[in-house]
Order: sequence, then C-alpha cells, then structure tokens
Amino acid sequence: MDLSYTDEEKAFREEVRTFLNEKLPKELADKVSGSDGDDLTKDDMERWHAILNEQGWLVPNWPKKFGGAEWNAVQKHIFEEEAAAANAPRIVPFGFSMLAPVLHKFGSKEQNDYWLPRMLNGDDWWCQGYSEPGAGSDLASLKTTAVKTEDGKHYIVNGQKTWTTLGQHANMIFCLVRTDKDVKQQEGISFLLIDMDTPGIEVRPIILLDGTPEVNEVWFTDVKVPVENLVGEENKGWTYAKYLLTHERTNIAGVGFSQAGLNVVKRLAKSEMAGGKPLIQNPHFASRLAKVEIDLKAMATTNLRIISKAAGGGTPGIEASMLKVKGTVIRQEINDLARRAVGSYAMPFASEAVEGSNAGLPDPLGAGPVAAKYFNNRKLSIFGGSNEIQKGIIAKVSMSGGA
Amino acid sequence: MNFDLTEERQMLQDTLRRFLRDRYDTATRNKILDSDTGMSSDIWNELAELGVIGALFTEEQGGFGGKGFDIAVVFEELGRAGVVEPFLDTAVLAGGLVADLGNDDQLALIEEIIGGTCHMAFAHGEPTSRYDLNRVQTTAKTDGDDIVLNGHKAVVVNAEAADHIVVSARESGEPGEDAGISLFLVPADTKGVTVQGYALLAGGRAAEVMLDDVRLPSSARLGEAGKAYAAIEARVAAANVAQCAETLGAMDTATQLTKDYLMTRKQFGRPIGTFQALAFRMSDLLIEMEQARSAVINAAGHLEADRKTRETNVSATKNLMGRAGRLVAEDSIQLHGGIAMTQEYELAHIAKRIVMADHRFGDTDHHLERFIELAAA
Repeated sequence: MDLSYTDEEKAFREEVRTFLNEKLPKELADKVSGSDGDDLTKDDMERWHAILNEQGWLVPNWPKKFGGAEWNAVQKHIFEEEAAAANAPRIVPFGFSMLAPVLHKFGSKEQNDYWLPRMLNGDDWWCQGYSEPGAGSDLASLKTTAVKTEDGKHYIVNGQKTWTTLGQHANMIFCLVRTDKDVKQQEGISFLLIDMDTPGIEVRPIILLDGTPEVNEVWFTDVKVPVENLVGEENKGWTYAKYLLTHERTNIAGVGFSQAGLNVVKRLAKSEMAGGKPLIQNPHFASRLAKVEIDLKAMATTNLRIISKAAGGGTPGIEASMLKVKGTVIRQEINDLARRAVGSYAMPFASEAVEGSNAGLPDPLGAGPVAAKYFNNRKLSIFGGSNEIQKGIIAKVSMSGGA
Repeated sequence: MNFDLTEERQMLQDTLRRFLRDRYDTATRNKILDSDTGMSSDIWNELAELGVIGALFTEEQGGFGGKGFDIAVVFEELGRAGVVEPFLDTAVLAGGLVADLGNDDQLALIEEIIGGTCHMAFAHGEPTSRYDLNRVQTTAKTDGDDIVLNGHKAVVVNAEAADHIVVSARESGEPGEDAGISLFLVPADTKGVTVQGYALLAGGRAAEVMLDDVRLPSSARLGEAGKAYAAIEARVAAANVAQCAETLGAMDTATQLTKDYLMTRKQFGRPIGTFQALAFRMSDLLIEMEQARSAVINAAGHLEADRKTRETNVSATKNLMGRAGRLVAEDSIQLHGGIAMTQEYELAHIAKRIVMADHRFGDTDHHLERFIELAAA
C-alpha cells in the first residue's frame, strides 16, 4: 500500500494545472462556478472543446490510432479532479465518450473514418436517443421502430425519445430502435445514427423544475435513414447499448465535482453570519459539513482503488454501481448544504432579472443559483440507471456469488 | 381531547378545497408564475370573497378567526393546491402586526386587507441577520417631529405589490438585542424607499428594500418605541404556523401524487409500486406525513399559549417539518423519476415549495438550536 501518486503522475498533474491556468477562459470558469448565474451556451461548450482538441486532450479515452490520448484511468482521474477544481466546463460526453467507443469497437472503418474527425473538429454535435416515455429504467421495452424499405436502402423510423440532454444543440442523434418485434425484447433492438435535419424529426424542449431547457423530447414521423447508418449488425443493438452504458459510467463517482462543491460550501459558510458568528462555527452546520467531508474522503479512496484496478487491466463490475450510488448521494448532500448555507438568499429565482436595479440578483456571498442547482441535481440519482436500479444490480450480482 | 375541526373551520376547509381544486391547476399556476406580478388579482379577490383573509383575523380585529387552528386550516389548503398568492405576507405578518399594535387610524387598514383591496409586506430580515429576529441594523433616528429610516431589508416577499410596508428599525441598542427595535408603517411610495424586485424559485416575488433617509412622521410608528420585539416574535410564530401548515398541505399533495404514480407507472411489466424497495419508501413517507400532521397541530394548538410554550412548539414543529419535508420532497421526486423533474408536472412546483419553506422564518438547524435553548431555559 502506498497512498502517494508516482512522480510521473505528479508531473502530469502539474502539466494539467498549467494548461488549465493558461488556456481555460475566465468567462467560462465564471459561468461554471455560477458566480454570474448564467448557463453555458453552445458556443461556450464548443469553444472549450476546440481548446482541448488543440491540446490533444479532447478525447483522452480514445485509443491513439483514432487520434486519442489513451490516458490511463489515473490520468483521467487527475484531469477530472483538476478540471473540476478550476471550474472548467464538462466535456459534452455524448459523442466523445459514449458513441465513439461504440464506433471504435463495433463500427465499420468507413463509419469511423467519417464520423470521428467530424466529432473532433466540431462539425457534429451528438445527442443520445435511448429513453422513451414508457421505457426508462426498463430500457429494453423501447418502442421506436425502424422498418427497412423494400429496396433495402433505408430504414423508416417512427416513435418518440425523451430526456434528450442538450438535444437542442445537436445535429446528430444515436438511437436505439426496434427492428424486430417478434423476438425477446433485447434481441430486436438496433443502433442507428440519425441526422436531426431529416424531415419528420421534431425536437421539443422540456423545461425542468429549475427553469432550464436542458432536456428534450424528440419525435420521429416516417424518418428516412440510410442503411449505412446502422452500427454493427441489425438486432445486436442491445449489446452495443450495454457497452456504451459502461462508458456512461466513467467518472461516475464525480469526486472532482464534490470536492469543488465542498470548497464552495466552506467559502459560503465562512462568510455567512449566523448568530453573529461565521456559519462555519455553528456546531450544527459544521457537523453536517464534516460528515459529508468524511464520506467524501473515503469515497475518493474507493474511487482510486477501483481506478487503480482498472489501470492495471481489471474491469470494474458492481463497484461502478456502488460509486454511482455513493457519489450521487454525496453530491446531492453538498448541494443541500450549499442552499442551507445562504439562508434566505436561496429563495430568489436565479434566472430572473431584477426590477429597478442594474445590479444582478441579490447574491451577497457570490453563491450563484445554489437552490436551482440543488433541484437540478436531483436528476443525478435518477438518470444513467437510477440508484434503485444500481442497488438491484449490486444485490443481484453480489448475492448470486457473481462478484 | 377532541381532534375534530369546529363546524365553521370544517366548512371553510371544504369550501376552500373545492374552490382551489376547480380553479387552481398546474397550467393556471404556471401562467401566474410567468406573469409580471407573479400573482393573480382575480384569485386574490375571489379568495378574499370566500373569507380566506377574514379567517386570519380575530372578531375584534374585524375578522372571524385569527386563532392558530384558523390559520392552519387556511394555509393547509393553500399549500395543498400550491397557491403562490402571498396571503401570509399581507395578512398574517404585516396585517397581523398592524392589527396587534396599530392605533385607530392604522387599524382602519385591516378592513381593506380583509376585503382584498390592500396589499402589505413585512420588511424585517437583513443581508447579515440570517434567521435571527433581533439582529436589526436598520436605524430609526428622531429628527424633530420626524423619524428618519436608513438600512437594507433583504428578500422582502410581496414588497412590489404592497401599498404599505411594515419596516423594523432600531431606535437604540445593538444588533442582537431585543430591546430598541421599533416598527413603522411606511406607505410604499414614500421618498427614499427603493424596491428592487425579483421572482422567487418557488413562486411569488420578493425584493431588496433600500431605505435611504426615509422621512416619516412619528405617527407612522406601530406601538411603542423600541418595544416591538415581542410582537414580532409572536407574529413570526403565527407565520411559522401558517407556513408549516402550507408545507403540510404541499407534502400531502406530493405523497398522493407519488402513490398514484407508483400504482399506474409500469416498468418490467408491472406497476413500479409492486417493487418492495419502492413500496417501503412510500410507507416511510406516509409515516412521516402523520408525524408532520401532528407537529402542525402542536404548533397551531399552542399559538395562543404563553411565550415559552408557544415558541417551544413552534421550533419543534419547524424542525420536524424541515426534516420530514426534505424527505417527502426528495423521495417523491426520486420515486417518480424524470417526470417529476419537469416544470409542467404538478410535483415540480410542490417539491420546490416544500424545500424552500426551510429558508424562511428559520431553517431546520436554527429551530433545533432554538428548541435546545428554550428547553434549557
């Protein structure tokens, strides 16, 4: 046992830190830290992608032969930790870390040659067409159909996808569609790449409870998709979907986000006054803060243990599910502390303008929209396989002797 | 012991519940939330006609209620329907302080409040006071026959709509002392009053109220100079009863919606409520609902008691509601899944109301501390 990073890892951390210091635009970091309460625009996200691409760090998970950096798990962890601490925007994951690994493993050479460069240079913005109104936790019950035309050149797609994150920015969507209704659910699903500009596609925003249009419904009515856009084999989509979901779970613990969040809470609690003293000296608040920090310290080590195992070639199994559950519980608790910390100033609706003043919303502690974040992040324990689904997996695997 | 409502209160509850069920659905509320004023004057007037405001004042004040249980009955229904109109601010807080302390001229306003034609706000909290009621820094200085106010009041709910603002200010002593705090009835258009308004996350509007050399005649004072603290504490106790009852109503809606959803939403070929992991969590919510209902009864039933009994019960209730409310709001969302995260689904607003209630009149921890102090005293 040795809890220290190697010299190479330390040097890598320095390199990441220097890069972020020099290249991360301040206005982007300010938006991420919420100090001006604004959300990142599509241009902001694309700008950050381009900066990372220039450095060769946009797709650290890709193999070198596809133009990736091929970082190991510890390097990825170090980058994520530093990026969160510096308030760097998240890399939008749908193309780079969800679709791309599927193309690498199951796509044709033509598909890889065509789609990967477009992804890297920002020509395409991908979104994910998985969930449907009737298929959430039970994803395999999806009903969107794709029927091949008589000449065999196209699929005709009909149905509805939902919870499509940032679909409003996307020009491409990768979808799970049903190509065979007469077999076991999982065996009749295919994986299609669909151009969002095709006639018959309609995107409708879903406004979330914090007022943000982050997710969408996508409707397909007789949408014509060339058969070349099928990934892998017909009716094998479930295998690819499961492969993709293991990639959706990278950085699942969100240690970096939690550490950054905890620092914000500490800063708030030092400046907010309660009973004439800084809130951080209040025993009740301090106790809540300490408990979550203690949990986070342990989880960070769990995360590193699993990452080291993965770096050594082992494949994480139910540990990923465990990290998802613990990681989201901790992040949500930190969001709860942030809203508690600011007292009555959690009440203003952060996206509203202030009447009769040129100043922004009252935000004496520079906390940003902490209550909106608290509500928005209730999604963490719901999406990507709800925490209940994860617990089901943990129980099923561990009690059947499979782990 | 008798836990039944009186006939009058039962009637009020039935009438209100029916009216709001017919008139106040999610789409209606979302329209109100999007409006510039953040409230509907039609709803305000119709509820005033139904006697909602009158029920919040005693007979001698011109109303027909005003006791803890009257307040609880009204606000539980307002909370159940997620009503965003600020009855609490106009009637229970500001109107209540005028009714408790006002002279004959000032008391004339109560009739207008009950009739629905006068809006009020209570400007008390300040940027650094957090939840302490005695941490008033705003100053009131006597200048000849006048009084001059200076200070900054934070998150004053309903300040933009208010015709009159009840402002607390210190005439002597230091922030953190009970003695020396006075109240003033300030017409909203008085020179030197600046109202910077904004929408609230859980509906309604509030404002920062800036007081720059606001000059008032000394007749604007409510009650005696420097002795308003006890009245403020008592009115905030009533506001806590109102708010806890409102939260209870909202929690009831949240648990009903969740129960219905668990029995209708199917995944893996069966209603998700048939999965034991979810069924047990639903049971936990129902158990906490009974705790919450009893806690609100405790607070409402002791609102007319001596100070220590009243405040002990208020703090106990607010602490319990903070804990149970958070559980109900978070688990209702979780048990629903994504649908509960969307603006157009009723639970989204209801959950926000429940959680944001913890940010007014003292949060869970504030009232835990206060309960400990009161119990030790």
